Amino acid sequence: MQARGQGLFKGMWLTLKTLFQKPPTVMYPTEKETPVPRARGVIALDPEACTVCMLCARECPDWCIYIEGHKEEQPPSKEGGRVRTRATLDRFDIDYALCMYCGICVEVCPFDALFWSPEYEYSEMKISGMLHDKGRLTDWLETVPDPPALEA
Amino acid sequence: MIPLVAVEINFYLLLVLKILAITGVMLGGSLPIIFGELKISAHMQSRVGPYYAGGRWGWAQPMADGLKFFQKEDLVPAAADRQVYKLAPYLLMVSTLAVFVIIPFSPDLIAADLDLGIFFALAISSLSTLGVLMAGWSSGNKYSLIGGLRAAAQIIAYELPLVLAVIGVVIQAGTLSMVGIVEAQIDMGVPFLIGGQAVAFVIFFIASLAELNRTPFDLPIAESELVMGYLTEYSGFRFTTFFLAEYAGVVAISAIASTLFLGGYGFWGLDSALFGPFVLAAKVGILAFLMIWIRWTWPRMREDQLQTLAWKWLIPISLANIMVTAIFKVVF
Repeated sequence: MQARGQGLFKGMWLTLKTLFQKPPTVMYPTEKETPVPRARGVIALDPEACTVCMLCARECPDWCIYIEGHKEEQPPSKEGGRVRTRATLDRFDIDYALCMYCGICVEVCPFDALFWSPEYEYSEMKISGMLHDKGRLTDWLETVPDPPALEA
Repeated sequence: MIPLVAVEINFYLLLVLKILAITGVMLGGSLPIIFGELKISAHMQSRVGPYYAGGRWGWAQPMADGLKFFQKEDLVPAAADRQVYKLAPYLLMVSTLAVFVIIPFSPDLIAADLDLGIFFALAISSLSTLGVLMAGWSSGNKYSLIGGLRAAAQIIAYELPLVLAVIGVVIQAGTLSMVGIVEAQIDMGVPFLIGGQAVAFVIFFIASLAELNRTPFDLPIAESELVMGYLTEYSGFRFTTFFLAEYAGVVAISAIASTLFLGGYGFWGLDSALFGPFVLAAKVGILAFLMIWIRWTWPRMREDQLQTLAWKWLIPISLANIMVTAIFKVVF
């Protein structure tokens, strides 16, 4: 049987207890949280693996990936062989001002050219700075953690 | 009280000194309470609260907020009743500051020890209703109007238990003078809170929460439904005035409650003349903490619950308290 108004005092006791507990706040600029290994911080690009197939750009719900490429002729591998063409990546930009971090581009890439990196400190004073070009996306590659070990 | 300086002082110099003293009391009383509210509410909600302003613990946050408000434009809505609108915050501020006149900080440190001390305080603090109603009415805004009317209904309802609770104390002390009430408690050896007026104290405290429009009686400002009620249209300096008046009101009411029920400047074994102001400040701090604690714990009441509490519970109980006190006074 609960007496009427008992909740008022229960509440008072709770706030009093909380008052003397240390708040769980992480004092961000001076103190940093380690993001979990699979955190969706920023998307890194491996330009060597990219074949300019445009799947990521087409699947992107926000249309925030911009890709341009051209084909280069490759000399035949054997004497008298046919001349091959190879797609070369000219431009690969992700506009993080538009990106909603759904990760569909990473999922859809058939050649493992896109990776999630847990880095998150890339805010900018100007919105145009949120457009990361190919070089910047490639630099993020260094921060990509190793894939988790396979289950035995 | 004997005037400290018997010589004739230049009128304007005296005016400046008075203004400085009032500002000092107002800011010195309210800023620590504002800061305490910011910090205590933060920690009660597992937050850190202000942290950077001033270097340590964010102690300069209230001042920084004040400076921010001063820079803002003093907006007057086109539909507002300009003169009433502009006057309202000052009326509220004056009614709150005038209460400080009769608060005894020590047996001698009191602006005026009126014979009708507590009566004066209750009378002058009723002016705050007028300030709030003026603000709500003149803003030309439906939320402000609802807030102002709610405030009026609430303050009228809770003025009664407030006054009736005080009557018990007055009967027991046998005087209306604030110093006299404190001296009566010192003579008795225990404050009135223990010595017979505990019920009156609870009623006084509840009613003063309602008078100050603080949670759980903050219907007039109800941020989530009335977007600050009568404060909606105010900005800049006038908003600061309202804001400071609210916290000066917390200090004033806490000081009155300390004087009436907690023994004012007196404390066992401490010299009132020397330690009086500090003892009173400590008691005010405890009551202000209680108000902050309640504000950040309890939800807001409904209008009908608010009126029910006042008319069906607090007023009959305080009337019974007066009766019992009077009987004890006559019999013993």
